[in-house]
Amino acid sequence: MFNKNSSVEEIINLNGSVYLIKIYSPEIAKQIKPGQFLNVKVSDSLAPLLRRPFSVSNVEGDYLFLMVNLLGEGTKILTSKKKGDPLDILGPLGNGFNLDGDYELAVFAAGGIGEAPFPFVYKTIKGAKEIISFIGGKTAKEVVEYGIENPYISTDDGSLGFKGNVVQLMEQKKELLSSKKIKIFACGPTPMLKAVQGFAAKNNYECEISTESAMACGFGICQGCAIASAHQSEKYLLVCKDGPVFNAKDVVL
Amino acid sequence: MKGIDLSVKIGKLTLKNPILLASGTVGYGNEISEFIDLEKIGGIVTKSLSLKPRKGNPPQRITETASGMLNAIGLANVGVEVFLKEKIPFLKKINAPLICNIAASSVEEYVECTRILTTEDWIKAFEINVSCPNVKEGGLEFGNNLSAVGKITSSVKAVTDKPVIIKLSPNVSRISDFAKVVKEEGGDAVSAINTLVGTAFNIWTRKPKIYNITGGLSGPAIKPVALAKVLEISRNVDIPIIGIGGITKWEDVIEFMICGAYAVEIGTVNFINPRAAIEMSEGIEKYCEQAGITEIKKITGSYQI
Ligand SMILES: Cc1cc2nc3c(=O)[nH]c(=O)nc-3n(C[C@H](O)[C@H](O)[C@H](O)COP(=O)(O)OP(=O)(O)OC[C@H]3O[C@@H](n4cnc5c(N)ncnc54)[C@H](O)[C@@H]3O)c2cc1C
Ligand SMILES: Cc1cc2nc3c(=O)[nH]c(=O)nc-3n(C[C@H](O)[C@H](O)[C@H](O)COP(=O)(O)O)c2cc1C
Ligand code: FES
Repeated sequence: MFNKNSSVEEIINLNGSVYLIKIYSPEIAKQIKPGQFLNVKVSDSLAPLLRRPFSVSNVEGDYLFLMVNLLGEGTKILTSKKKGDPLDILGPLGNGFNLDGDYELAVFAAGGIGEAPFPFVYKTIKGAKEIISFIGGKTAKEVVEYGIENPYISTDDGSLGFKGNVVQLMEQKKELLSSKKIKIFACGPTPMLKAVQGFAAKNNYECEISTESAMACGFGICQGCAIASAHQSEKYLLVCKDGPVFNAKDVVL
Repeated sequence: MKGIDLSVKIGKLTLKNPILLASGTVGYGNEISEFIDLEKIGGIVTKSLSLKPRKGNPPQRITETASGMLNAIGLANVGVEVFLKEKIPFLKKINAPLICNIAASSVEEYVECTRILTTEDWIKAFEINVSCPNVKEGGLEFGNNLSAVGKITSSVKAVTDKPVIIKLSPNVSRISDFAKVVKEEGGDAVSAINTLVGTAFNIWTRKPKIYNITGGLSGPAIKPVALAKVLEISRNVDIPIIGIGGITKWEDVIEFMICGAYAVEIGTVNFINPRAAIEMSEGIEKYCEQAGITEIKKITGSYQI
């Protein structure tokens, strides 16, 4: 875990309100694994006060990539940075996806900005595993096709691809998911993760989900990011330390 | 910078510098030790411990506000027994004074926790968090009941020789009355302040942003309030004060000390900058050098009013 001054190299708009931010950060780039995240101080003043958590979207040499959806004050400041601007980053944080294992087919399920961690996952297992990707958004403007090849796409309003949500699309394409040993990797809003969790349980697929929570520290000292455990009723798990990626069977959403 | 004495005393407890890490903002020390050398800090105050483990509140537990945050963690902690078994080995290794913070729902529980923990050498003092609901009196806070605070102070003092610091709630009309009671009942020091009660709502769903509806406000937003409370105690009661609330930089440490604090605790800032304690102690050392101060303890209560 490092607290490093890194610097912005480039920011490009991918689609709608989604930006790709390239950051020079050699120490963190060397260590970080797919599914882990960073806690970023977007300003050097007290406003906004807290860091903002983002998944690592990709790594190339000394550079990290974040895929950031412009939402409020923090992401506005972050996506307006210029080349060379310093950035105070804490990371790598949390546990990433468990990409080893004896599955043959990796199935990605991404909802909206939940697409963020997948380019790095894709790059890491490409060649070693077969991959099928499903990405969904409310509208075409929310769908980002960066860093993964030939995804199946759904939109709630039907403006791009299948009309409906990602899980409905997966149901429809179920013939692609037979025969092989499957592991699902999912990231997106909680209602979507819940649906994927149910889909995986019903079909007996292995499944890992990347969860979200409000966070202050990002490294286990504030206890702010509690998530209910499926096995222990006497205590909560922490999204930042025990997650953000969990086996879908281990948490209650 | 040689020759500047940053050490301070809280009763018979000596700290090598006046900056402590506040309860609930450093867990039990191990995570933050990845970022800072704990031997260089004044001390660590543990997350509030209760006799039995507490699960804490369901999520959402925190939300950001202007220059601050609300938290309703619900005193989630491992309990005294697990603390002694699992958290000690690490805490013993670091050479920083450890202050155990205790939270309880009855006077008996405060006493029992203290009695168990006081036998451990490496615990240097107790900080008693009185801002928790008194289950016997229907959930009312001990912290805004003068006689309850007095009773807790004298009962805890009766079972330990170690310094007892009572952590006061700011959610009262005259905090100095509470400090007075602590002194009368034999308490060694007070720490002030704990968080201020606040809330935040989502205007679209009209629901509270945190599950518990209200939470404790911390961070720079509360600094002026905290400072006024410290000053009020300092002007009215002769008792060592540990100042807490919204400290984010070394200048804030000095400001609290001028207003009467013997030492300070830093909380929310640890979430943002885990190296803050070290940076602040470097800052106050430079300040002393510039201002020609050889002993930092001399600035305590040096306000010119
Ligand atoms: C582990 C993790 C990984 C994430 N990865 C990404 C990513 O790769 N790309 C991306 O665009 N977003 C990601 N998010 C969400 C991102 O952190 C929020 O969108 C961002 O904090 C919003 O900040 P803001 O100031 O623009 O919005 P505001 O709404 O103004 O933020 C107000 C407060 O709420 C918090 N907050 C708001 N939305 C969220 C949220 N969804 N999750 C957690 N806290 C939130 C903010 O941190 C801030 O403290 C991730 C969140 C987590 C927990
Ligand atoms: C997330 C969080 C958890 C806290 N938990 C405790 C606790 O368990 N016991 C306690 O006495 N104070 C607790 N506090 C209060 C702090 O110790 C401190 O009094 C308060 O946050 C004000 O200081 P700050 O503005 O520097 O954070 C907590 C504060 C925060 C933000
Ligand atoms: S965000 Fe602080 S413990 Fe997880």
